[in-house]
Amino acid sequence: MGRSILQNMVFYFVVALIVIISVFPFYYALITSFETGTAIFKPNVLPEVFSLSNYETVFTQRSFLRSVVNSVFIASVTVLCALLLAVTASFALARVQFRGRGLLLITILGVSMFPQIAVLSGLFELVNALGIYNKPWALVLSYTIFTLPFTVWVLTTFMRDLPIEIEEAAIVDGATPWVIITRIFLPLLWPALVTTGLLAFIGAWNEFLFALTFTISETERTVPVAIALLSGASVNEIPWGPIMAASVIVTVPLILLVLIFQRKIVAGLTAGGVKG
Amino acid sequence: MRGNNNHAIKHNSAELNLQQQRVIAAYKLLVPMLIMLVFVAAWPLFRSISFSFTDATSNTIFNGQSNWVGFDNYLERRVRSNGEVSWRGVLVDSDWWNAVWNTIRFSVVSVSLEAFFGLLIALVLNMQFRGRGFVRAAILIPWAIPTVVSARMWGWMLNDQFGIINHIMMSIGLISEPIAWTASSDTAMLAVLIVDVWKTTPFMALLILAGLQMIPRDMYEAAKIDGVHPIRVFFRITLPLLKPAIMIAIIFRGLDALRIFDLIYLLTPQSDATVTMSVLSYREIQQFGDYGEGSAMSTLLFLIITAFVLLYIKLGKLDLAEGKS
Repeated sequence: MGRSILQNMVFYFVVALIVIISVFPFYYALITSFETGTAIFKPNVLPEVFSLSNYETVFTQRSFLRSVVNSVFIASVTVLCALLLAVTASFALARVQFRGRGLLLITILGVSMFPQIAVLSGLFELVNALGIYNKPWALVLSYTIFTLPFTVWVLTTFMRDLPIEIEEAAIVDGATPWVIITRIFLPLLWPALVTTGLLAFIGAWNEFLFALTFTISETERTVPVAIALLSGASVNEIPWGPIMAASVIVTVPLILLVLIFQRKIVAGLTAGGVKG
Repeated sequence: MRGNNNHAIKHNSAELNLQQQRVIAAYKLLVPMLIMLVFVAAWPLFRSISFSFTDATSNTIFNGQSNWVGFDNYLERRVRSNGEVSWRGVLVDSDWWNAVWNTIRFSVVSVSLEAFFGLLIALVLNMQFRGRGFVRAAILIPWAIPTVVSARMWGWMLNDQFGIINHIMMSIGLISEPIAWTASSDTAMLAVLIVDVWKTTPFMALLILAGLQMIPRDMYEAAKIDGVHPIRVFFRITLPLLKPAIMIAIIFRGLDALRIFDLIYLLTPQSDATVTMSVLSYREIQQFGDYGEGSAMSTLLFLIITAFVLLYIKLGKLDLAEGKS
């Protein structure tokens, strides 16, 4: 619309630059993951070799598959627990007027911004006292510290936007809050639950500090720790090929999820960030 | 009349009861979440702060043999036998102040760059053009990639001998010899900044884009009819209206940047040029087993971040009030 050819060229140049910078590192990891031997040490922008041996290396290490299973289990259980606790709590926070509500909401927001390191030694003590050190439950428990406040906060903003009329009839009929939540809100909240759950899942899947601190044996590691600690035969020999293959394996599902749920994720992020 | 009044009072008290019932129910619904938060957040935080006042180490932390030392981990005054006074503790530790300075430098520079590029990308995405959906999908990719993976990917690309970045820069003549991006103390911070800006600018762009889309179209049309220059429109209309969204995005990102751990721990391990408060505290606790001093560091970081959260709450209220008027 009224843009000159030159302006158009500049504009599309900027657009192309944005896309290339965003996509290139992953693309480069992908082509590296197919290279072996000396080919890997020759920088090239276009794929020249195609070999699946790095993937074989990663998958024949049983501990890596184990890490994937650990990550899936821990992230799923964490998200389910967080959603379960958050749905009832955010109903109370969004739909009922009571004293101290604002303060409570702000405290919850504050907890989600905790520096993880500030609770690390206390959590370490707790995890040991409960006897769950080096077990998946240690991570499920510690991940609640950021997934729960986040899900409460986002679900509260979603629920606040629903009109009052939808529960009026139920209140007049004398329905209990539990009935109102399960019969009226839950069906309406499905899209919000999927979005929030997905974002919390990504957060739990990517977490590194707690996973590094609360696990010790190879079989209990999650994927980020497994990738971080992948090492070669000698200390100085970093196995770049297998590392890139492992990176691709754990990133592809995430990228697919994000692309499929693109609009919902953007809505969830902005609900958590902008609306206050 | 009298009957009517009675009826009204009865009705009121019934409503009050209903409201009271709802409040009681609300408290019941909140209790499980609150217990959980006390259990996983408040209690560990309290214990971590407590450790900072003790001489706990990895040997004594579980058997209760650590001693209360007051503020000694923070600052301790020692008088030698010859009357000479010396100070020790985190607050006079040059490593700690180096980490504080690194954290602040990293946060200010990364968040500024992210705000700038985020605004640029948001403005581009706010225009109508072919392939907009594709670009929007593409910028989500860096955001979706786990930090550990992006640290490893960029560590490979920035590799001094085999990295593609050095290769490209040398082949177009930007540099004459390879740079040891992550190992050299001159470029380690730059490497961390590149990766962080790459990874988190999309988040900033999406928040700012949401703010852009809330600006009413007719404001632009009015400016167009009046023949206002587009650059003037940007500085007079777009930017002022976008300020709340940008401010909130900056505060969110700033809080994230202040506690950064994984990227630095993985991309530039052991580098003094990039070590942040979180990384130093972690080293103190995990590597040296000094729970007392490490917890003192993490407590100081917690205090700094709390100050920022309070600032956010204040600004948040300000914006709310502005929006209403």
